[in-house]
Order: sequence, then structure tokens, then C-alpha cells
Amino acid sequence: MSQEISGAQIFVDSLKRQGVEVLFGYPGGVLLPIFDALFSADLKVILPRHEQGAAHMADGYSRATGKPGVCLATSGPGATNLVTGVATAYMDSIPMVVFTGQVATPLIGNDAFQEADITGITRPITKHNYLVKNVADIAPTIEEAFYIATTGRPGPVLVDLPKDITTAKCVPVYRGKVEMRSYHPNMEPHANQLKKAAAIIAEAKRPLIYAGGGVILSNASEELKALAEKINAPVTLTLMGLGAFPGTHKQFVGMLGMHGTRTANYAVQGSDVIIAVGARFDDRVTGRVDHFAPEAKIIHIDVDPASISKIVSVDVPVVADAKLALQGLIKELKPRTCDEWWGQLNEWLQKYPLTYDRKSAKIKPQAVIEELYRQGGSDLFVATDVGQHQMWTAQFYKFDRPRQLATSGGLGTMGYGFPAAIGAQMGLPGKPVAVVTGDGSFQMNMQELATAVVNKLPVKIILLNNGFLGMVRQWQELFHGKRYSSTIIKDSVDFVKLAEAFGATGLRVSDPTQLSATIKKAFAVEGPVLVDCIVEPEENVFPMVPAGAPIHEMLGELA
Amino acid sequence: MRHTLSVLVENKPGVLARVAGLFSGRGFNITSLTVGETEDATVSRMTIVVAGDDGILEQVSKQLNKLVDTIKVLDITGEAHVEHELVLIKVQAESGQRAEITQLAEIFRAKIVDVSEKSFILEITGSAEKVDAFIDLMRTFGIKELVRTGPVAMIREGKRKK
Repeated sequence: MSQEISGAQIFVDSLKRQGVEVLFGYPGGVLLPIFDALFSADLKVILPRHEQGAAHMADGYSRATGKPGVCLATSGPGATNLVTGVATAYMDSIPMVVFTGQVATPLIGNDAFQEADITGITRPITKHNYLVKNVADIAPTIEEAFYIATTGRPGPVLVDLPKDITTAKCVPVYRGKVEMRSYHPNMEPHANQLKKAAAIIAEAKRPLIYAGGGVILSNASEELKALAEKINAPVTLTLMGLGAFPGTHKQFVGMLGMHGTRTANYAVQGSDVIIAVGARFDDRVTGRVDHFAPEAKIIHIDVDPASISKIVSVDVPVVADAKLALQGLIKELKPRTCDEWWGQLNEWLQKYPLTYDRKSAKIKPQAVIEELYRQGGSDLFVATDVGQHQMWTAQFYKFDRPRQLATSGGLGTMGYGFPAAIGAQMGLPGKPVAVVTGDGSFQMNMQELATAVVNKLPVKIILLNNGFLGMVRQWQELFHGKRYSSTIIKDSVDFVKLAEAFGATGLRVSDPTQLSATIKKAFAVEGPVLVDCIVEPEENVFPMVPAGAPIHEMLGELA
Repeated sequence: MRHTLSVLVENKPGVLARVAGLFSGRGFNITSLTVGETEDATVSRMTIVVAGDDGILEQVSKQLNKLVDTIKVLDITGEAHVEHELVLIKVQAESGQRAEITQLAEIFRAKIVDVSEKSFILEITGSAEKVDAFIDLMRTFGIKELVRTGPVAMIREGKRKK
């Protein structure tokens, strides 16, 4: 290996060394040398139809497989088109390595053609980023980028590659193991903190486990289940945590927060100890912070020290990897029951199930999700877009295993779901993948139908078509006197014809009695299928905590 | 409350922008920030003065630590330390006032680094307290221009608490 090779070849070799199997990338002027090297590389390259799609595909691939997602775009507009996808991954702590082309080093800062300061632009939305200025730095920088993206609290790392360093040559030096004096994520829990936590849990009368996406990221679902069963505590999950604990488990009380179950929110408010694991007390979870869990001592397990006591003051912080911390905590605890607490919880569970009008003549959106669950169960990987359909999916699909759901929780990115599903399908060949989307969200990245069709990726698109930007419409109905300002989008697109124009299959269903058969057909037909589900236009997501209210003050009669 | 943070960072391009961006992005206020190389040319030391309650300071420290280029963050407010800044003052100095200004400068160990027909430029280093007292005295003569670096700080040898 003492032969000089080009920066572009070093890029390809570095990805191979990192075990990268698929790259979501869009070419451009400054990327010509890299795409030339990719042309003969043993690496699957997926061409999206918009760079934003590439970023979400890498993200969906990562959420489905646990491996870092990799995407690539050219300088200037290519790079800026990635920004929403990078911010989406950053907010949800998804490991990604994002490569951008850059103008040649002598041109940087000259406002050259297709130049954008992408390291400057992405500084607040990446875990770290690099502008590589020397061909000899490409190999070590890529090693560092993968290391940073995948360790500690994961996140996207961007590497900007000027064109001239991709054509320059050198003998690459691979270090293998990365050592950095300024970056040492703390993985091991502190034994004393675990003892303190265990003592509080042993005393608790009404404990509650509140778990989030960190459990999935650290592959700690088995440990979470073991802890919950050992101490007989109810478990509530955040949107990001869905699947970290089985949705069908008898100790699961549902998602908490703005559109959580009444039982979950009442459990928070009534608990005396909250064990928060890999969750960050997001405002959609806490509601009004000074009324959040007024009686509870809080134990917070998180790998990111900055998450601790950021929003809610914590009694026992445990800065550690969730899996290691849970393993340690389980050892410190004796089996116990919480019969009195379960008496109360079961009463709430019976009194306040998630429900909707099941006798409607129109298709209720919730019924679509229930039907999808009936047919897809725990085999189906589900991506969602953002809005009402996302919340109904969270409420009515029982996610039984981790890495079964990809949804933009933190940033709330409309247009995320479909490309994320395509990325997930790349990571799950032969497995069923669906995206639940809305007529608003889908139009934000529908061009990726071409990507799905060309690459024969059989993603099933379940489109809940209500003719509105539904979640904003719901807020307008409830808080702005039904003044539907810029939220009516009905009859603007024929989604069946749209699917057909791209060479996919389009199905439409508006009769509740045909719903089951139509979804069955979608799974039976080969290749990508779009199911245009014409649903009740003004259905609302309930229960609902109005913004700024305490989480036990929920709207919604039925639920 | 005013806190002084002493932060060691990798001496790499963009580090200052990362720190400045962190403060603006999270709504923290910087009172002053100085940065320069240390005895090790690959490491820079930032001395950051921040105003805020304990909760804010905890977040500032944690967020600074979270930056990949940050090597170490110390809140030295409660430690025995030396904290000095440098100030240049262009003060009105007509012939009748020169002697008095020179005397005051001697008392404060300030240096006259430039003399013109109608003004002096004075250089003073020291604690914020000393520097502020001197500036107040100079006001009576008429300050034409003033520039201060913001403090740099160093913990006294053998005096670390923990």
C-alpha cells in the first residue's frame, strides 16, 4: 500500500474500510472525480431525485439498521439541499456521515460558482464538521467522522471535500483506531449514582419509566424490559422511543406528552419516582414545565451530560450509555410489585382507551393505521411524515420492537417519511416497509417515487388524504376560530395518476368496507404502491394538551 | 452572577466560530472573550466571562464541553486565580494637566505609551477593579478613546480546590 492514489480513491477506500454498503448521492461539477471513482467501486450508489431525499434516505437507513447512514451532494445548492436532512438527523441523534463537494481550495471564499460555506451553515446542526484542505487528511478525517458520528450521543458529521484534493494524490495512512484528546464520551455509569438511583426506586410507591430514543440508539431494549418487569413499573415512551418497549406489553401505558394517552400523562403527574432513560424532556413531552411531575424524584440516565437538568432539575443524574446503566441498575434492584399503583393505572387504562368513532361512513384515519397494524404487525417497518397521520401512527400502531419506526421527532420535518422509507428499504432488503404520510407531507418529496421505482424498492405508501394540512388545520379549528388560512389543499393532485406517471402502482380507497382489501392488495402487488386513502377531512388528534398547559389538562372527549 | 471560564480548545480553524455560535444559538450572553495560543501551539486558551445564574452556567459549561474541539472547561470563578486585562486609554492632556496624569499613572503603574500635543495614550493592566478605578479617574481629564481586551485568567499554582 505504498502507492499514491487520488483523494477520490481514498474516499472510496475509506468508506469500504468503514463497512459502508450503500451511499445515497447526487453528482455535480466538483464531485466528478468522486463519482468517477464510485463508477467502478464495489459500493451501491442510490441516486435520489433531490439532495434532501439523499439525506433522509441515509437517515432512514440508519434508523432501520443501526449503521451510520452515508450521503453525498455537490457544492453550493447540493450541499444546502442537504441541510434539512442533516438538521433532522441532528435533532433525533441519528448517526450519519454527510459528504459535500466544495470548490477547489484556491477558490474558497471567492464566491465561486456553486460555492457555499457549508461547514459554516451546518455548524449548529452537526455533531461536528470538517473542511478538508489536504489530500493526506482525507483518510484520517473520514475515520474520525465515523467515530464521532457513531459514539456517545450519535449525530451527523459533515465532511466538506474541495475538488482539488480529490484529484491530488498521496499514499493514504489509515490509523484504524481513532484517539482524540478532546473527545471522550462517557459510557460507564458511576457506581455510586446507580446505588443512589436504586435506593430511591426501592422506596418508590408509584414509579414510572419514561424512555426515549436513546434506548433504541444504545440497543438497550432488552435491558429496559428486564428493569420494568423486575420492579413492576409502568412504562411510557416518547415518540422517538416507540418500539424500545413492546407496545403490546401489559406494563406499557402508551406514549406521553402532547398527544399521549391520558394514562401516561396522569401517570407522570401522579408518580413519585420517574426513571428517565435516553429521553430529554422535550417541550412536547413536558407541557408546562413547572407543573411537570410535581411529586416525582427524577433519575435521568443519558449519555449526553448537557441533557441533564437542561429542562427539568434532576435528583440523580447517571451520565452513561443506556444499556450499561440499565444493566448496572438491574443488578442493584430487588424484584418488587406496585399493586396499589397498578390499581390506579388499570382504572385509567380502562376508562381512557385511545378510541375514535368506529361506525363512521367515511374512512377514519385511525382505522387505516389499525388496519395497517393488523396486516403489518411487528414485521412491518414503518416510516412516517409529520402531522396528524404521524400522531395517529404513534397512537394506533403497536410497535413491538426497536428499529421498527422512523419518524422525525425533534425537527418535525414534513417530507421526511418517504425518502426515509426508501433508505430503510435499502437496509432491509426483502422486508416489508411502509410509509404513512399525508397529502401535505408527501408533496414535499414525492419526486422520490422515481428513486423507488428505478431501484425496485417496494415501499408501500399509505397516504391519508384529508385535503388539509391537517395538524395546522386542527390548531386553527381549536385556537384560531376555524379560520383555515392556507391549510386547504384538497383536489389539487390526483395521487393515483401521479404514482402511475412514475411507473408505480396507484390505488384509491374511500369506502371503509374496502379498506382492508385495498391495503392487502398494496402488499400483494410487487414494487412501490401508493394507496390514496380518502379519509374524514376534519378528524382531530385527541387527546391533546394545548401548548403551554400542564400535561394532565387534556382536550378530547372520547380518548 | 459573573463567571470566568477558562477553556482549552484545539487550535484549529473554526473553533472560535463554534464557541461564538454556541453562545448566540443558545441565547447565552458573553461579557468578554479572549483567545490565544498556549505554551502548546496546538492548543488555544479562551477566557470567557459570562453573566448568568448557576443553571445557565451549568448549561454553558456542558455545552462547551460537548463541542468536539473542546479539551477542557474550568469555571475558575471560585478558585484562587489571577485575572488581568489590558486597557489602552487616549486621554486629553493639555499642558496644565500632564503632570497630574503622569503622577496618577505612576500610582497605578500605568504606562504612557504615546504622547501628542494634546493627548496621551496610557496602557494599564490589572484586575477589572483596578482598571475601572483608573478609568474613572481619567474621565475627569476627558477620555477620547478607550479599548479593553477583556480579562485573561490563570489559576494560582497549588491552589486548585478539587
